[in-house]
Amino acid sequence: MAERHSSSLRSPLGRVSGLGSAKDGTSHWWAQRLSAVALLPLTLWFVISLLALPDLSYATVHAWLARPLDAFLAALGVAVLARHSLLGTSVIVEDYVHGPAAKLLALVGLRFMHVLAGAAGIFALLRLTFGTP
Amino acid sequence: MPARARPLSPHLQVYRWQISNTLSILHRMPGAALSLGLVLLIAWLAAVAAGESAYAGMRGLLASPVGIAALAGFTFAYFYHLLNGIRHLVWDTGRWFGRRERRASGWFVVAGAVALTAITWVAASHFGVSTHG
Repeated sequence: MAERHSSSLRSPLGRVSGLGSAKDGTSHWWAQRLSAVALLPLTLWFVISLLALPDLSYATVHAWLARPLDAFLAALGVAVLARHSLLGTSVIVEDYVHGPAAKLLALVGLRFMHVLAGAAGIFALLRLTFGTP
Repeated sequence: MPARARPLSPHLQVYRWQISNTLSILHRMPGAALSLGLVLLIAWLAAVAAGESAYAGMRGLLASPVGIAALAGFTFAYFYHLLNGIRHLVWDTGRWFGRRERRASGWFVVAGAVALTAITWVAASHFGVSTHG
């Protein structure tokens, strides 16, 4: 058995547990790219569909977003936007907010806000497509 | 032994600004701005779902000078982040790392974002946003 030079009595496993590889080191990077690729068609569809409307009256906009396919694509877009935005803003907080407590607080706050935003957007679209105008 | 003045690694104060590092730094800022745009988008969707008077209030807010300026800013931020994001996705595949490719794609992103922003606002002119139509 190889001689250990460390004066610590902790086992190698104990030292790295919670810090080491959970085999998901690339998951954040990968999720950022996949959500970016998904947002290309979803956001362009939204912008082009909005611009193609004859006017921005309540009746026109409501009718557009109440159509099942449009409501579905918009809800999908909101969900992926919230995910992509959470990933991006989290990296900014990780890079520029210093101090473990402030960083954790900011990251938890960002996550809560993004889940809230995503859920509110999807709820609004469900109301639009299933509710009566 | 006196400390000798040794060259430091490239520091922002002595770094020669060029298109590559400028755009690299600037990728995050429109991204963060677009996270605020997401909040506005959710508020807009909620207003459409809430009914005619809520939508009218939101529309008045967005048609105000501040609202138009914000929407114009979000439009540019969106297209810039989209085009520069594609540039990053190409880099992720190991391409476009040459000096000329970096610079050319950088200028293309800036010019493309300006052009697409202009095209979008021309395409939106039939809404008559500036005249509260």
